[in-house]
Amino acid sequence: MKAILGLLAATLVAGAADAQPIKLGELNSYKVFPAFLEPYKMGMELARTEINASGGILGRPLEIVIRDDGGTPGDAVRVAEELLTREGVAALTGTFASNVGLAVSDFAKQRKTLFIAAEPLTDKIVWDNGNRYTFRLRASTYMQTAMLVPEALKAAKPRWAIVYPNYEYGQSATEAFKKLMAEKQPGVQFVAEQAPALGRIDAGAVVQAIEDAKPDAIFSSLFGPDLAKFVREGNLRGLFKNRPVINLLGGEPEYLDPLKDETPEGWIVTGYPWQSIQTPEHKRFHDAYQAKFKDYPRLGSVVGYTAIHSFAAAVKKAGSLDQEKMVDAMKGLQLSSPFGPITYRALDHQSTMGAYVGKLALKDGKGVMVDWSFADGAKFLPSDDAVMKLRPKE
Amino acid sequence: MTLAAFASYMLTGLAGASSLFLVAAGLSLIFGVTRVVNFAHGSFFMLGLYLAVTLAGVFGRTPLGFWGAVVCASLAVGAIGVVVERLILRPLYAAPELLQLLATFAVVLIVKDAALWIWGPEDLLGPRAPGLSSAVPVLGRSIPEYDLLLIALGPLVMAGLWLLLTRTRFGRLIRAATEDREMTAALGIDQARLFTLVFALGSALAGLGGALQLPREPANLSLDLSIVADAFVVVVLGGLGSLPGAFLASLLIAELKAFCIGLGFSKATLVIEFLVMAVVLVFRPHGLLGRPDPPARATEAEAGEPIPPLVWIPVALALAFPLLAGGYAVILAIDIVILALFAASLRWLIGPAGLVSFGHAAFFGLGAYAAAIAALKLGWPMAAALAAAPLVAAFGAFAFGLVAVRLSGVYLAMLSLAFAQIVWSLAFQWDALTGGSNGLVGIWPAAAVADKTRYYALVLGLAIAAWLLLGRIERGRLGYAIRAARDSQLRAEALGFDVPALRRIALVISGAVAGLAGGLFVYSKGSLSPETLAIPRSVDGLVMVLLGGLASPLGPLLGAGLFTWLQDEAARRIEFWRALVGFVILALVLFAPRGLAGLLRRPRA
Repeated sequence: MKAILGLLAATLVAGAADAQPIKLGELNSYKVFPAFLEPYKMGMELARTEINASGGILGRPLEIVIRDDGGTPGDAVRVAEELLTREGVAALTGTFASNVGLAVSDFAKQRKTLFIAAEPLTDKIVWDNGNRYTFRLRASTYMQTAMLVPEALKAAKPRWAIVYPNYEYGQSATEAFKKLMAEKQPGVQFVAEQAPALGRIDAGAVVQAIEDAKPDAIFSSLFGPDLAKFVREGNLRGLFKNRPVINLLGGEPEYLDPLKDETPEGWIVTGYPWQSIQTPEHKRFHDAYQAKFKDYPRLGSVVGYTAIHSFAAAVKKAGSLDQEKMVDAMKGLQLSSPFGPITYRALDHQSTMGAYVGKLALKDGKGVMVDWSFADGAKFLPSDDAVMKLRPKE
Repeated sequence: MTLAAFASYMLTGLAGASSLFLVAAGLSLIFGVTRVVNFAHGSFFMLGLYLAVTLAGVFGRTPLGFWGAVVCASLAVGAIGVVVERLILRPLYAAPELLQLLATFAVVLIVKDAALWIWGPEDLLGPRAPGLSSAVPVLGRSIPEYDLLLIALGPLVMAGLWLLLTRTRFGRLIRAATEDREMTAALGIDQARLFTLVFALGSALAGLGGALQLPREPANLSLDLSIVADAFVVVVLGGLGSLPGAFLASLLIAELKAFCIGLGFSKATLVIEFLVMAVVLVFRPHGLLGRPDPPARATEAEAGEPIPPLVWIPVALALAFPLLAGGYAVILAIDIVILALFAASLRWLIGPAGLVSFGHAAFFGLGAYAAAIAALKLGWPMAAALAAAPLVAAFGAFAFGLVAVRLSGVYLAMLSLAFAQIVWSLAFQWDALTGGSNGLVGIWPAAAVADKTRYYALVLGLAIAAWLLLGRIERGRLGYAIRAARDSQLRAEALGFDVPALRRIALVISGAVAGLAGGLFVYSKGSLSPETLAIPRSVDGLVMVLLGGLASPLGPLLGAGLFTWLQDEAARRIEFWRALVGFVILALVLFAPRGLAGLLRRPRA
């Protein structure tokens, strides 16, 4: 009898311990980039509900502790410390801007904690500054640029003008574009480069300057208010007439939707045509999202959703919350995302999540992506040797 | 560049100049009459644009709908300006001038969150102006019709304001109050009403400036701070309170930007306006068309207020607590003490030396970058890298002092802002040395202080040493000489003091302490990026100093503690945390105008 009681007590205690949620710490610049991050937060919430509805992780429910990182690396590191020390989270995820992502990545290395960088696009986070504890979900600046290069080659234009926001993202996109184009289309010329400060483009003068250079085509990595201003001025002044334009991220609903009837038709962009993706994975995600929030998903929703599922999959694979085991589980981790199956490459911790490449069109006064195809991220990465050269030895 | 190209950049620049002038004119009027440094001016601009987008949607796409939306938005913002003036600024006119700055900063925080709440996170691009929705050929180039309208509108508004100021009684009162506030009051003018009207006019102009951007840029939540910085530069460059000066400055800046882009130097737009302002202020200390201030009247001397000794006991306990508690308390305490040290260096400059700085983050950032570069690029050990931080920052302060000591008041403050922006743009662009916009990572403390509690002990020890040193200087002969130079430059000079040299010394001391704080900061975070020396950090420093109170050396610690803790707590608990921080600051400003430290002072007999 005593033995049975003891066993029962032990089971009860164990049961109570099992019910303790697994905490995942998430930090992001909610007040600085709300257009992307509000839907992102909802995507995370959807993933959390799904995971918990199907029995949680290792029999424990998942809890996401969300924090605002203030948009600066200094505050982000403090928030990350808070998540680790006070909340006792099992791992970190989130961040948006490159500088914040890199700061938290280095912090994760210092504290030997798993960090799934969901959104930062900088190539450095997995290459030049890569470390054992950091993994990145989104297709990087380099990958998305590489996805657009075949389209640029098809245009077969010798003279290109480039416009980009003057910070790391725009600079790397421009550098990657020039390098890849020069390799594949010898003799290509870059006749103008405009680098307005982020959020402060003087669109009239920039459009004028590009026009003056008489390019045959334009490559842009503008987004947000800069993109809207550039599009309106360019449309007004006829800059885009008979000129192919390629715009990184231009098809993401976050940046496309505000353009409404100003949407420049025919632009070739990377983005997310949520209206027309018919794969079962996406349909399931889209319907669940729509049902839960009475709103359509943005790209941020997909990123937030997939980041949380990545963590859950890693813990399930590791079978433990031990940092080293989770990191080992992340290497080569495969899971299904709304964009299809993805793998976190063991080589450089970059996921193979792809993006959609297509053309912008106007439909009922709104911008949409048409003639799109899916670009699998795995196919747009440099050779393994080249990656190994960039990445520091562990 | 062909003549046609030249003309088209010229026209684009003119359209930009008109937009800039509309915002700057309102700011200039408000400052001229009320002496309020209105941080919320950019927020009024942003509100004008948001309101115009909404109203244009309601009124429909007709010319009447469009212009109705623009006018209504402008009037509505004017009304909001009245509310802000009545409720928030009026009780503060008797308070030290900088306090009004703090109050308007709180308004910025509240408006930003209110806009997010009302209009949501997505950017809102307005329609093209009906009837002006295409471009016309000018010398073979396309120029948007709406640009031509703006080009005409700027001078029209200028002329209207000029008529108002010179031909009406209201205008005469504005000019009189700009010239000599106290004399205007002594002559029986109802100041309260005048201030409210001027504030309404200024805010309505900001709202108009925003609303007129309707076809040119999407309403978005980052407009406020970027616009207010531009508007300040224009107002100061033109000469405070001078409308023709503001007009000239708008023209200069907008044209320079357009031609920078036209000539292929688009990266220079990052900093061009600040460079121009710095150059102009060095040669014309009161801007292009500004006039020297009349000699300052005697101000209430803010000597160091004695603090009841008993107050130090809880302070000491609070500082010691994290050493025992560990955990997150230590992490937060490290941030607070470092920022308190930064704030103390700023208080030293504003209080005893009387030199207001809007760009103090420059010295913090110089120290941080010096330590990071010494550690990463030169491989220096932590102690040496930390020692480099105050030295480099002091050198920066010395260099700034060479050009700055001739200036005073808001001009000096804006020159410091320009200096900070120039340093910031160097950090932003000099990839090889500073890592560009990504910054530098991997600067962690030596093993002996890698533990957070130990690092806190180090920070606390160095901070206390610096505080004691600052206090000693403040109460010593040098401190009295510096204060003499603040209170009466003429008398100090008559007594044989070298006032410019004293100011330079004050700057160097302050810069060194800020640099030390920067060095400690970078080792506590492991990384840094250009935001370390960007405008928001300078503003945070000012907020902490003013919240804490200028009069007491304890102020910066209290201000930094409250501000950092409040942000940390609020951001964790509620979604609209910025608004909450804004409301708390407002409450403190209204009920404790002498700062937190002011609350502790012994009641006067």
